[in-house]
This record gives sequence, C-alpha cells and structure tokens, in this order.
Amino acid sequence: MAWLSERLFSTPAVGDRQSIVEKSLKILNGHVIDPANGVDRVCPVYVKDGRIVSHEPNEAERIDANGLVVAPGLIDIHVHLREPGQSHKETIASGTRAAAAGGFTSVVCMPNTFPSVDNPSIVSWIQERARRTASVNVFCAGAITKGLMGQELAPIGSMAETGIVAITDDGFCVQNHGLMRRAIEYARMFGLPILDHCQDNSLVLGGVINEGEWSVRLGMQGWPSVGEELVVERDILLSELCRHPIHCQHISSAGSVRRIREAQKRKIPISGEVCPHHIFFTDERVAGFDTCFKTNPPIRSEKDIAAILEGISDGTLNILCSDHAPHASFEKEVEFDQAPFGITGLETEFSAFCDLLVHRKRIISLKRLIALYTLYPARLLHLDRGTLSPGAFADITLIDPNLEWTFHKQESLSMSHNTPFDNMTFCGRVVRTLVGGHTVWMLEDNETS
Amino acid sequence: MNVWKHKDLISLSGLSAEELWFLLEAAKAFKGLRGDRVNSVPTLQGKALVNFFVEPSTRTRISFELAALRLGANVINVSATMSSLQKGETLKDTALSLEALHADIIVLRHGSAGAAQLLAKYLRSSVINAGDGAHEHPTQGLLDGFTIWEKHGRLEDLRVAIVGDILFSRVARSNIHLLVKLGAKVTLVGPSTLVPREFEAMGVRITHRMEDILETTDVLNLLRIQYERQCREYFPSVKEYISLFGLTKQRAARLKSSCLVMHPGPVKRGIEVDSEVADGAKSVILEQVANGLAVRTAVLYACGGGSAEYRGKKSEDP
Ligand SMILES: [Zn+2]
Ligand SMILES: [Zn+2]
Repeated sequence: MAWLSERLFSTPAVGDRQSIVEKSLKILNGHVIDPANGVDRVCPVYVKDGRIVSHEPNEAERIDANGLVVAPGLIDIHVHLREPGQSHKETIASGTRAAAAGGFTSVVCMPNTFPSVDNPSIVSWIQERARRTASVNVFCAGAITKGLMGQELAPIGSMAETGIVAITDDGFCVQNHGLMRRAIEYARMFGLPILDHCQDNSLVLGGVINEGEWSVRLGMQGWPSVGEELVVERDILLSELCRHPIHCQHISSAGSVRRIREAQKRKIPISGEVCPHHIFFTDERVAGFDTCFKTNPPIRSEKDIAAILEGISDGTLNILCSDHAPHASFEKEVEFDQAPFGITGLETEFSAFCDLLVHRKRIISLKRLIALYTLYPARLLHLDRGTLSPGAFADITLIDPNLEWTFHKQESLSMSHNTPFDNMTFCGRVVRTLVGGHTVWMLEDNETS
Repeated sequence: MNVWKHKDLISLSGLSAEELWFLLEAAKAFKGLRGDRVNSVPTLQGKALVNFFVEPSTRTRISFELAALRLGANVINVSATMSSLQKGETLKDTALSLEALHADIIVLRHGSAGAAQLLAKYLRSSVINAGDGAHEHPTQGLLDGFTIWEKHGRLEDLRVAIVGDILFSRVARSNIHLLVKLGAKVTLVGPSTLVPREFEAMGVRITHRMEDILETTDVLNLLRIQYERQCREYFPSVKEYISLFGLTKQRAARLKSSCLVMHPGPVKRGIEVDSEVADGAKSVILEQVANGLAVRTAVLYACGGGSAEYRGKKSEDP
C-alpha cells in the first residue's frame, strides 16, 4: 500500500506560499470544537510552521478568538471549479476564494471539466493550477469512466498515483451495472471510495423538476424520486457485494434516506450527503420558472425534506456539501427546460445549515455540524485534514455561531451568481479562514474592501 | 376597465374569477360588434404587435393577427427561422431587440414552459402567451370557456370532460384553471400514463374509462394526441387508443342531446373523434375557431388598451 501513504502525505495542492516566512500563531480565548479529538472547550490553539503544535511557540502572532468557535478547517467534498475548460463560469482561483469566504480550507473538485478529469495529466494540471492560484486546498476526484461516458473504465490506478481522493462520474451516473461493479472492485485495490450521483436515466430522461404535483401543474417533464432511489439501491447492493464504500451524492428523497439507513444497519459501507437547497426549498418554488431553482437532482417535497432532516439528526447522512455549480448568467437566463442544472453555494452553505439545523430546527449541535464538515468527510476520503491534532496542517475556521448576516449575491466572490439564497438572512457565519496557518479570508477584510 | 390590471397574459392559473369573467364579457362584446363597427374601437391604433412564433401554428397566429388588425394595430410576424434564435441568440436577447424596435405587444408561442413569463420579466412590452410548452395556452382556455358559456348560458355546475393527452396538453391546463375557478365540474379522461393522479390537486376528477362520463357530461372536450411530444411510449398503439378513448359514433350516441363536442384542432379525423361526429350537430369545433377571434380581441384590448408609455414608466420607477 505504498501508494496510499504517498497520497496521504503528499503536499496538498494549495497556493504557493514557500516564499512567505512561516509565522507562528496563538489563537486564544476561543471555544475549540475539534470533533476528531472530542475537544469542546475554551483553550488555546498554537501554530508553528504551518502545523498545529501543542506547546506555545515563541514570537507568535496573537489572534483573540473570544466569543468565537475555533474549528478544524471545513471540507466540502462536492464542488465544481469549472477549470479547465469553462473559466467563464468559475476558475480555481475564484472558486477557492469563494470557498475560503465560506469557511472552507479544503474542497474536492468534480471531474466534469473540459477535458474531463479522466487521466493523470489533467489531475496534474489541476494540481499545478491550484498550487499557483488556489486560496484553499484542492483535492481532485477522478472520473470512473473515460470522458464520463459510462462505457470504459478511466485509468483509475494512474490517477490514484497522481493523488485523486475518490472517483465519480457525478452528473453522468454509470448506467451499466456490470461496469459499475468492476469500477468498484478495481477502485478498492487503491482504497479509493466511490462517489455516485444516483440517477437512472431511463426513469429520469428529460426530467427538469421533481415529478409530482408541480411538474404536472407546470407542464414540465418530471424527475421522479425513484430515479434516484433505484440507483441508491443498486449502490447498496454493489457496496455489499464488493465490500467497498460508496457515497451517494446530494441525497434528495425520503426513499433514499430510508434505504441508506436500512443498509447501514446491515453494516454496508454506504453513506450519503446533503446540499442545503434540498432542505431549504420545495418544488413549488419552480412555479416562477426561476432557473436558480433548477438543480439535479431536483428540489423536492416537504415530505422529502422531513426525511432528510431526520437522516441528518439520526446520523444516516453524515456529510454536508454544496454541489457548488456555477453557471454564467447568460446560460441561466433562458427557458427553464433549456437551462443548465446547478446553483452556487460555497459562501452560503455553512451558514444555511447552521441557521436551519442548529438554530431554527435544533436538530443537531454546533459540534455535530462541525463534525459533518470535518471529521466525516476527512474519514470518508482518507484526507489528513479535518482535525486540530498536534502535527496536523493548521487549517482552521473561526466561526461566530450567533452572527446574523444577509447574503447578497452581488458581493459573492464566485464568478457566477446563480444562487437561490440571494438576500437570505442566516444566523451563524465564518469570520476567518486559515490554511496552513495563513489567513486566506477574513470577514473584516471583506467588508471594508 | 378597473378589473384588469395586468400588462401581460401569461397564464390563467393566476387570474381571479373576476378577471376571467372580465375577459369573457369583453369577448362577448367584441363578438357582438359587426366587422365594420369594430374599427370604431381602435384601441391599438398606432401600436405594433409582434407575432413571435418560435413553434409554428398558423391558426393561432392568424387569429391573433386578425384580432390585432381589428383593434387598429400594425402586425409583424416573426418566426424562429427569421429570428436570430437559430443562430444561437437567446430568447431574452431576441425579445430585447424586438422591444428596441418598439413592439408594444409580443405574442409568443414557444416550446418551453415558462418562456412567456421569462419574456415578461425582461420586457416592458405586453407579453401574451400563445402557448408555452405543455404549460398553458390561456387564450385557448378562454375561448373554450367562452364557447361553453355561450352555448350553455352558464359555467357553474356544468360537467365538463376533457379527454386525451392531458399530461402534455397546455390546452387542458388552461381549461382546468378557468373551468374550476368558474364553478364547472371537470373530469379528466385518458390513459393512466397521460392522466397521472397528481392532477387531482388542481381540483378535478380523473377516470380512465370513457364509459364513466358519456351519459352525464355536458361538454366533451377532445384533445389532440400530440405524437410529437411523446418521445416515449405512453400507449401501445393508435388503434388501442381509439378503442379505449376515441369518440366513436357508438359512444357519441350515448351523449346527452345538449352535450357539446369540442376540439382545439386541428382534428385528426378517425383518431380522437369519428369524422361524422366532428361534423355532427353536437360539434362546436368551428364556433370555437370563430370565438377565438373574439377572445383574442378582448385579450389584446385588455392588455394593450391602457397607455403603454404609462405602464412602462410605472415598471421603471425604482
Ligand atoms: Zn451530481
Ligand atoms: Zn455535482
């Protein structure tokens, strides 16, 4: 397993800071929440040479975190950065700036770029680009199949050597079950988990909105929940058969939650993630034909939202993400059925979840919320991140859990503004983001600039 | 004209019963005017109406054109092939350029649900939806409602059956919104694949058997089977469809003598309805076409009647 340790200890792809003199830090008076180590108390955090250290360093910069929560850097394992190929929507530079503003120190980018991430050279290109331009760590997910075409396996082993952290054909779910089985078996050899966008094309073809009362009212082709659930069930069967983790992306339906819960009871390594839009909005919002409510899978019903919330509260769904999918305004300002799927979300997701799950619904604690953004994603993808253990990279997020603020899309750092969260007010906000001990975003900076 | 406050007509779903009745009454007034006297209502004198038909439909386009001419408007017909849509220009850009040419009213036929609403959002011109995908076709809904009202003298408590491809039908949706709001009792009839139970949320009943409604219905509105919308299999064959849902002579004989047979056209004789029934005494298919003119005149009068400049200023105000 030499390749695995190499991957784990390889330098992450993050902006080039070798030239900067490494500063030491003392983060004092903050409420430290580090789920990986069970820490939940006021204590100092020390940083030296870009790592967390246990002893107070000499000549350190002092950060007063009084009234703030000090958390391990947040991780979003489902992000579209659009480079290479679609830099009019987003770039690695702009996308990771938005990530930093959302409190993220690490993101996992999806392989549906142009060209797609289906070979080691594209992985290297992204890593190199990230090294030069990114504000936060960028980890790559590689494709399952060549060109995400669902026909032939991509060179998963070579991509593993280059440092991909998972494989997925996100957006282009592999329809051939036999091929999917081989992909899982093959990826297992490299310890690479599978991320799957669960969508059965024969049930979903042409669907642009949740199938139900609103698809019928609006006269638009429906995307039925069973189109997701059938593949969730497929993945459960294959995960059991291959004894290898499969992570179901952006769960949207009650039936999916139930199936994952039942499979987990049988110790099958299946997991699921949730995006904010799937619990903030129902398909009724599509009635205005606003393409900022067009996502894949689609936003669904109250019943589905209730089930997803239950899945988060009982631990069935233990990863939160954005599925940040930027599109230029000219691409979204078209007929609903002709618009691309997807919305941006890096800058709003943490606040949205904090507001809904911690404050309003009181479904989980802030500590648990932080675990869903650090411990579990790091564990799933074997990332050496998401903890404040001594020796770990000094990726740190400072949070004001009670700060009320209103998001305005004009102020977004993303190049695209296709968000349904415009003008929404949330309780809880990240105020400072540090990667490797360096501040990559701060609220004050942003507000006074 | 206090009732009508909209610059556009996008859908019937959002209109109140009062607004629907306003349009129906206006249509009645226009139908009563003889051709030569209509020119004494030059509401749209000096205004330009653009018939923008991205999806072709000669009948509806001509109906709007005649209505506009009766109100004194200038009419420009634009098709998808003439516009820059084919060259990759977006609908929004095309519409903005039409408005730059001082179009006061744009009548849009488009294959995508919500297209008319999209235009209305960006334009100060009035936008009239002449059919957007499978969403709505408000003037068809109005003319069907008008025809029923004219023939039966009321809509309240009438039993109306809409038969056929409901799922893909914008005509059905606009009909349902109007009829339910004005008190008729609507039953949808068709194969379960084309009449999903979710329609019940719109206040209608559903049956998959023609026999359930024949003797009791006051109106039988037969929809066109839209093969072009059905990229997948919704029923096994035309033959089987006719045997289950076609208005054959035998079935027509069981209808009440007062029952109206309607069809939005164009009629595919021998499929949705037998030829003799289409031409029979109960059929009001040709009157629907005539009423289309009255209804569209009423709609253009309502939406374009006020001062466009005034409405433009209003929407520009911060
Ligand atoms: Zn996806
Ligand atoms: Zn995605």
